[in-house]
Amino acid sequence: MTVPFYVAPEQVMKDRAEYAQKGIARGRSLVATIYRDGVLIVADNPSRSLHKISEIYDRIAFAGVGKYNEYDQLRVAGVRHADTKGYAFSREDVDARSLANLYAQHLGNVFTHEMKPLEVEILVAELAAVPGNDQLYHIAYEGTITDEERFAVLGGEAEPIAERMEQAWRSDWSLGEALRAAVAALAGPDRTLGPSHLEVAFLSRENGRRAFRRLTEAELVTLLEEQPTDGRQDGAGQDAASGGAEAAPGSSGTGSASSSGASGRGTAR
Amino acid sequence: MPLPLFSPAEDPGPDFKALLRRTGLAVPTTPLPGASTTGPRDPLGSATGQSPSTFMHGTTVVALRFAGGIVMAGDRRATEGYSIAHRAMEKVFPGDRWSAVAIAGVAGPAVEMVRLFQVQLEHYEKVEGLSLSLEGKANQLAQMVREHLPMAMQGLAVVPLFAGYDHRRQTGRIFTYDVTGGHYEETDFQATGSGGRDARTTIKLGYREGLSRDEAIDLAIEALFEAADEDAGTGGPDLVRGIYPLVAVVDADGYVQLEDSDVAARFESLIARKRKERPGGMSSGGELR
Repeated sequence: MTVPFYVAPEQVMKDRAEYAQKGIARGRSLVATIYRDGVLIVADNPSRSLHKISEIYDRIAFAGVGKYNEYDQLRVAGVRHADTKGYAFSREDVDARSLANLYAQHLGNVFTHEMKPLEVEILVAELAAVPGNDQLYHIAYEGTITDEERFAVLGGEAEPIAERMEQAWRSDWSLGEALRAAVAALAGPDRTLGPSHLEVAFLSRENGRRAFRRLTEAELVTLLEEQPTDGRQDGAGQDAASGGAEAAPGSSGTGSASSSGASGRGTAR
Repeated sequence: MPLPLFSPAEDPGPDFKALLRRTGLAVPTTPLPGASTTGPRDPLGSATGQSPSTFMHGTTVVALRFAGGIVMAGDRRATEGYSIAHRAMEKVFPGDRWSAVAIAGVAGPAVEMVRLFQVQLEHYEKVEGLSLSLEGKANQLAQMVREHLPMAMQGLAVVPLFAGYDHRRQTGRIFTYDVTGGHYEETDFQATGSGGRDARTTIKLGYREGLSRDEAIDLAIEALFEAADEDAGTGGPDLVRGIYPLVAVVDADGYVQLEDSDVAARFESLIARKRKERPGGMSSGGELR
């Protein structure tokens, strides 16, 4: 009779976390940020057909990094969940929070019970009816769910990108401003990301019932070349901005906690 | 509701109906127990107005092609036997951004079929990442009508009309259906429902190749007006309550439903024209009531 070797649960979790992190770090990163009219998601993705960002429902978008087949399966499950829920109840009953919770439970379950953890990090974004209530849920490979207030960075190089976003971030910025900042943050100081290496989509209150739309390459070129406008025109949003800033340190705290956790994870929760 | 994850062998793919069956949410379309004692009725009865049913049913819908797309229009009346059940019923719906579907037949299953059809088209588009071809959409609807056949044999028939803009051919296309799920492409125009015959005749007389968008809308409106004039199950413009037939246009820019004020103005000019054509008719019983 063979006796299995004893492996400490701590070691098991650590190994799995390391395995998942390595898988995620092999892929390219992604940034999502709230802007004036909704949520902008920018991914470093040279492929035209294998999307990292997609539509889930009228006001909900999905983005994933890591292993394509794994997050794509989660994306399809999300579409299925949202469509059946909207069909059984009503379109307005479909919300991002419950979907994000389901994803978190699934990822957590796989992480603790299966041989191999999922090598993905995903984002669920929901557009609110009014500015200021847009939601970003960042779910890590082991099921940790973070509610981001301003922006979310997914992927292996999350920390330096998040720092660059932190410096550039302004409340109430326009689509073009947010896009240029996100692209610069993704690219870093040493390289430039052209439109052919970007996948960009946004949820906007201007888009009607289905708020999700992809930016075409031509639109991207125009927006990236646009001259940066003076930020002082956003005086109207200052009140909301200071209100957001009250909450911001806490949120950036949790944000950096999750990204630092991703780089050097000792505990699995 | 759990997260619907399937093994590759059991995956329903982009088919929303299959997904509903897998998750146990599908509505059964089997015949109602006990209903067979009344015997099968004329399956087209409720759609053609042959046998007045006690179920609510919708009435005249038309579709016609113009140079850059299609126009679809439907009256607003729903009847229950010989009484009016609804005055503001909607019978023309967007299928998705590039197509329109109109219904004639029993209202309950018809509206439900449209709802399922709309979700199916959007579901496919989201799961697959691209939209179905117009022909694919027409086929999907045909399958739904075919599945509904047992109910249709009990008198609960649903007969849709489907039209849309085909991006590959760069033209509008119209498909008609029968209760068995057979679907046929029409070259220029079609109308179904109890007033369909009168509407079709009106369009036939006014139709020519290469109509403009405005001409096509006016022709559809005239067809509905004539159908309401001849058929008890079809409602005309309700000037008192301000309820007008729904008119939708699908062209290369997508589905647009016309504003009520626009439709009202077109009806007014139509009525004015008809009055001018018979100036002496008013006092001798030709009055529009």
